[in-house]
Amino acid sequence: MTGTLLDVRGVRKVYEGHGRSVEAIRDLTFTVAKGEMVCVVGPSGAGKTTLLKCIAGLLAPTSGEVVLEGEAVAGPPPGMAVVFQEYGRSLFPWMTVRGNVELPLKQKKLPRARRVELLHQALDAVGLGDVHGAYPWQLSGGMQQRVAIARAIAYEPRILLMDEPFAAVDAQTRADLEDLVRSLWQGLGVTTLFVTHDIDEAVYLGQRVLVLSAAPTLVLDDVTVDLPAERDQLSTRSSARFAELRGHLFAQIQRAKTYHPPDPPHPPGGN
Amino acid sequence: MTALLRRAARNTLAAAALPIALLALWWVFTADSDSYYLPPLSDILASVDDVWLHSGRLRTDVLPSLLRLLAGFTLAVLLGVGVGVAIGSSRRLRAFCEPVLEFLRAIPPPVLVPVLMLFAGIGNTMKVLVIVSGCVWPILLNTVEGVRAVDQVLLDTARCYGVRGPARLWHLIIRSASPQIVTGMRQGLSIGIILMVISEMFAASNGLGFSIIQFQRTFAVTEMWTGILLLGLLGFLLATAMRVFERRALNWYLGLRQTQRGGDR
Repeated sequence: MTGTLLDVRGVRKVYEGHGRSVEAIRDLTFTVAKGEMVCVVGPSGAGKTTLLKCIAGLLAPTSGEVVLEGEAVAGPPPGMAVVFQEYGRSLFPWMTVRGNVELPLKQKKLPRARRVELLHQALDAVGLGDVHGAYPWQLSGGMQQRVAIARAIAYEPRILLMDEPFAAVDAQTRADLEDLVRSLWQGLGVTTLFVTHDIDEAVYLGQRVLVLSAAPTLVLDDVTVDLPAERDQLSTRSSARFAELRGHLFAQIQRAKTYHPPDPPHPPGGN
Repeated sequence: MTALLRRAARNTLAAAALPIALLALWWVFTADSDSYYLPPLSDILASVDDVWLHSGRLRTDVLPSLLRLLAGFTLAVLLGVGVGVAIGSSRRLRAFCEPVLEFLRAIPPPVLVPVLMLFAGIGNTMKVLVIVSGCVWPILLNTVEGVRAVDQVLLDTARCYGVRGPARLWHLIIRSASPQIVTGMRQGLSIGIILMVISEMFAASNGLGFSIIQFQRTFAVTEMWTGILLLGLLGFLLATAMRVFERRALNWYLGLRQTQRGGDR
């Protein structure tokens, strides 16, 4: 590990609207080191998506800041790629698979030869070398999410954000995609922040797991996953250590559901 | 392949059956008509050749009409999509413009003809402006709706991947709104055909609408009927061209909808 890549400092998010304000995130502070794979789990309604949008620069935090490679995030940073949960809504349905993967590369003004190279590498890496000309809606859900992942890695990001990317695919596909993400991460060494509501998935994928409380959200726990780097669906998931970590996190999540943080020392909005 | 051909043939036959039946009815019922205003269809069809082909009216009357329609329709598309994207993208602008749009839309374009004649004379400019003034509304309002409905996840995706400026406008906003835009264009085109004819009825020296009125005023009833038939045929051809364009431009949308209806995922 060579230093901090992502630094989330005291991020708080309050949604204002219709005369009342909802505090989605109370205080999130954590760092992600370069090359690390960190999973974020929390009970539903834990503001996971809000957190991810704040980090991605899609949403401005009410207070606190997100620092990526020493620079405060104030809009989507160029070195970041995002894979959304709703694959069906995040791929452009009027573009072929090739068009979808290539569009961001064109925006980066990469020369054609380099674009083609990246396109082929990325699609081969996700096992979709033969569907360049297909439209996303002609593919199964799992394949669509593979296209979204290919688009993300072709972008050559320094950090990859994934927002519950496998919540909407079936269990078989999900296991395959988890292994794909693991192998891509190991192969490319790209720093990855993976948000999920699935404890098993978090333990299986991550080097570290952050546990979030229910809204207003805090980081309740930061668990190091000391499983071997080589993981597979069968032996890793049936190992004693996996069960232990899983049990620990399960208890934490149960606690997270009912945990209500004490009121902040300063009145809301008074910083 | 033969099955495909057979199906195509059956579809064509099904589509042509009713028009053929109606024409046959018309033919039979007017066969020995001695009404001055309702000549036999056989007479009408027989005079098509003389009235439109030999006289050169296709070039002197039909072509100018079509060019004016094309100019008006093209301008209406550019204006409608341009302004529609601007209004659809901004909630403020929408609140600001909506009452005025509703007011303008409610004015029947034909009543604008005398007014436009004052400003633009009785030449091509006036006729094109009349066509634009009617065509533009369905295109504009549909574009506004289409732009408003652009998916939030797609907008976020585009932001994350640095899709900005002209690329965002074309690859995201306009493509996403294209089903609604094309619907607006289809409605606009049929309004445009009507206005093409109406604008030529007021003050004109050529055109399809002008010819029909001219025939009517000189009691050339058979010729008048040929003009009406020609106008109908023209509308049909333009609608078909529109449908071909739609199928090409919205190929992805038709496929997507079919997949969603199939519900196999």
